Amino acid sequence: MLESPDIRAGRRTPAQYDAAFADAAPRFTRTQALVEAERCLYCYDAPCMQACPTGIDVPSFIKRIADDNLRGAARTILEANPLGGTCARACPTEVLCEQVCVRTTQQGKPVEIGRLQRYAVDAVMDKPVTALFTRATPTGRRIAVVGAGPAGLACAFTLARLGHDVVIHDAQAAGGGLNEYGLASYKMAGGFAQAELDWLMQIGGISLQLNWRLEQAAQLTALSGSFDAVYLAIGLGRTPKLGIPGEGLAGVRDAVAFIAELRQSQDLAALPVGRRVVVIGGGMTAVDAAVQSKLLGADDVHMVYRRGPESMSASLEEREWAQKNGVTLHYGLAPAEITGSGSVSGVRFVRADGSVETFAADVVLKAIGQKLDEAVLADSGLTLKAGRVVADIDGRTGVAKLYAGGDCRAGGLDLTVEAVEDGKRAAKAIHAAIHATLAAEPI
Amino acid sequence: MADLRNTFAGIKSPNPFWLASAPPTDKAYNVNRAFEAGWGGVVWKTLGEDGPPVVNVNGPRYGALLTPDRKLLGFNNIELITDRPLQTNLDEIREVKRLWPDRALVASLMVPCTESAWKAILARVEDTGCDGVELNFGCPHGMSERGMGAAVGQVPEYIQMVTEWCKHYSRLPVIVKLTPNVGNILPPALAAKRGGADGVSLINTINSIMGVDPMTLAMSPTTGGMGSHGGYCGPAVKPIALHMAAEIGRSPEMVSLPVSGIGGVGSWRDALDFIALGATNVQVCTAAMTFGFKIVQEMTDGLSEYMDSMGFKTTADFQGRALPTITDWQYLNLNSISKAVIDQDKCIECGRCHIACEDTSHQAITATKDGKRHFEVKEDECVGCNLCVTVCPVPECITLRTLAPGEVDARTGKAVVEQPANWTTHPNNPMRQAALA
Repeated sequence: MLESPDIRAGRRTPAQYDAAFADAAPRFTRTQALVEAERCLYCYDAPCMQACPTGIDVPSFIKRIADDNLRGAARTILEANPLGGTCARACPTEVLCEQVCVRTTQQGKPVEIGRLQRYAVDAVMDKPVTALFTRATPTGRRIAVVGAGPAGLACAFTLARLGHDVVIHDAQAAGGGLNEYGLASYKMAGGFAQAELDWLMQIGGISLQLNWRLEQAAQLTALSGSFDAVYLAIGLGRTPKLGIPGEGLAGVRDAVAFIAELRQSQDLAALPVGRRVVVIGGGMTAVDAAVQSKLLGADDVHMVYRRGPESMSASLEEREWAQKNGVTLHYGLAPAEITGSGSVSGVRFVRADGSVETFAADVVLKAIGQKLDEAVLADSGLTLKAGRVVADIDGRTGVAKLYAGGDCRAGGLDLTVEAVEDGKRAAKAIHAAIHATLAAEPI
Repeated sequence: MADLRNTFAGIKSPNPFWLASAPPTDKAYNVNRAFEAGWGGVVWKTLGEDGPPVVNVNGPRYGALLTPDRKLLGFNNIELITDRPLQTNLDEIREVKRLWPDRALVASLMVPCTESAWKAILARVEDTGCDGVELNFGCPHGMSERGMGAAVGQVPEYIQMVTEWCKHYSRLPVIVKLTPNVGNILPPALAAKRGGADGVSLINTINSIMGVDPMTLAMSPTTGGMGSHGGYCGPAVKPIALHMAAEIGRSPEMVSLPVSGIGGVGSWRDALDFIALGATNVQVCTAAMTFGFKIVQEMTDGLSEYMDSMGFKTTADFQGRALPTITDWQYLNLNSISKAVIDQDKCIECGRCHIACEDTSHQAITATKDGKRHFEVKEDECVGCNLCVTVCPVPECITLRTLAPGEVDARTGKAVVEQPANWTTHPNNPMRQAALA
């Protein structure tokens, strides 16, 4: 006898939704920040600073927090990383700055750098009495940025500071990219992605062209023709297929789409969720999808990964967070078939030894990584490698005026903070190239 | 089990921890609670002459130097002597002493510098049955503007004169409390001794201003927008107090003058410092004002455990034991050579030793080795200054090793000489002792 899938909204009370989706790590109080800041040893050539992809001078900003100089602290952070507010929330600090904190060696507990960073940035964004940064004299040069995610925003902000005009093109109805659509909502509570976007735009010289989707190479050619440079920061738009039977059944969907829907939802009680959810994948998106399914009221959530925990891109802390929220983790199980008739009823997995494990499911979320829409890019003359754009660390693609960075660029770990660094570096490279042409122009 | 019983200036108490004359000892209510908690003695808050009581400010009396997590490092006050009627205090002293016969109860006194004023108050104080008097020649604020407190303590002749009056008009032990607001503590201490004092207590508080409010740019704290310097005490002043106590302890002229150590005592370790530097007992205020009276239980327990572990039966077994280790700089052995050693197993690689040495000292600690982060002492540059030891956040990670005689100092290339030699005979000293030159 066939069971009909149990997918419905309103599994929890309004108070439960509020509590479940509140800030996962609330902002430090002043007392908490001062006490934590005092733990920082102000290391020489600090390991945390070396571990930060954007090179934030961590000891300096923490000392400034301790000195009650929050603007100075925020300036130190945002100078190196204009999206320091998002990174303070989304960075896996446990494998970056906090992993190498000498207090871990000494006390088994790092200075909570991420939370201190959030404290300083939030304080300044709350009270932008006077701007932290000013824009250089406008140069009249124009740069097109494609993608309003972390890489695109970092690039646009850096270029705008240098006096250039930037038009950011993005396919979505709101800017922010994965900050707005891809991160779990308890990481970005209180509409922070839009608040940060507003703060970045205040520098001036940046405009947003929304609902603009890159679909043809001709669009890029047109941008190249009318702008001094084009920065591609389009992320990885598509989720690849599992390539197993049953993928087309109702109730099977991409985890990123589920998270995006959740992030844009005005009423979580209206958001349907399965009673039994199987998430396939081992990254942070899988964790975010699994945990949020649980928070929406799913009874059973299984997060299933094909390899062992050591290969998983979700950190130990992320995995513990999932377990703390009631998600069951499984390793070494490769998806073989999604079963059901019309709609999904379960997923069959196979172990390396050939043994089989089956989970009943009302919803299956695929979080097996994302890929680029390669056709458009190849048509534009870009070189692709392993499904991503080949570019140097400054974003130069080898195609004139065309730069690329963030997740769409080959290399890296697909971290927000790496995307920011890409954007920052590319902006400086574009600026240098423009300078070179200015110098070459006849007087 | 160690015997903590103590006799200072002829006054007996069950342990060497007394509460200093200060706000915690202003009335019977507090002093009874202190004795219940276990304090060995109390110096009652300073009594003034009969008549209209003094008046305190109605704004902040205290200020503090705090760490970011608000641990108290230093404390300052502008409170005056007791603002209660003299007779009330005398009645309460009598009652408390009757209730607590085994505890030391000493009355602190401060009256104008006339023989009649001292004569008058001494008779009434003695009548309470208290164990002694402490002459407050130290209070640096308020009362000093009226010619009392530190204004007396800064003039050795006045100290001697008043002490003589007190010894003349009272049979009680007389303790002279000294002000640290002098260039040299020895003349005031000697004046007390010459006046017949049974002991001295030190230090009283240090002239201080705690800071400035960054918004109002007024000194902080203020009463009605204005402030006045206060008396500084608490953990931060202990080194100053220890130096002064030790100066008295090692002065040949002051031999046998009992010292009560005051200044930053917050634990048994602090008491140990004072006693090993010659003090007979200690007095406490700030620690009690921070944590309440119960703190004395941690002090007595810690001291007792320490003494047991060291085999000391009474505090006399180690009193003054550190004094012979103190000398003048010119007598330090210049042939004793130390080098810093970093324990690589304990090192957490914060690099503080490197940058402190590199920027501000002798460039004697590496930052890398074979291209990797690594902190190691370069013995050919190290002068053994101890800076790295003090800035290292890990206890026992960096230590100083004294080179053995015959070992070559990599910095100078010379072998360590076993025979000590000091500045008085050093060839670079133009004033070196002629006989040895």
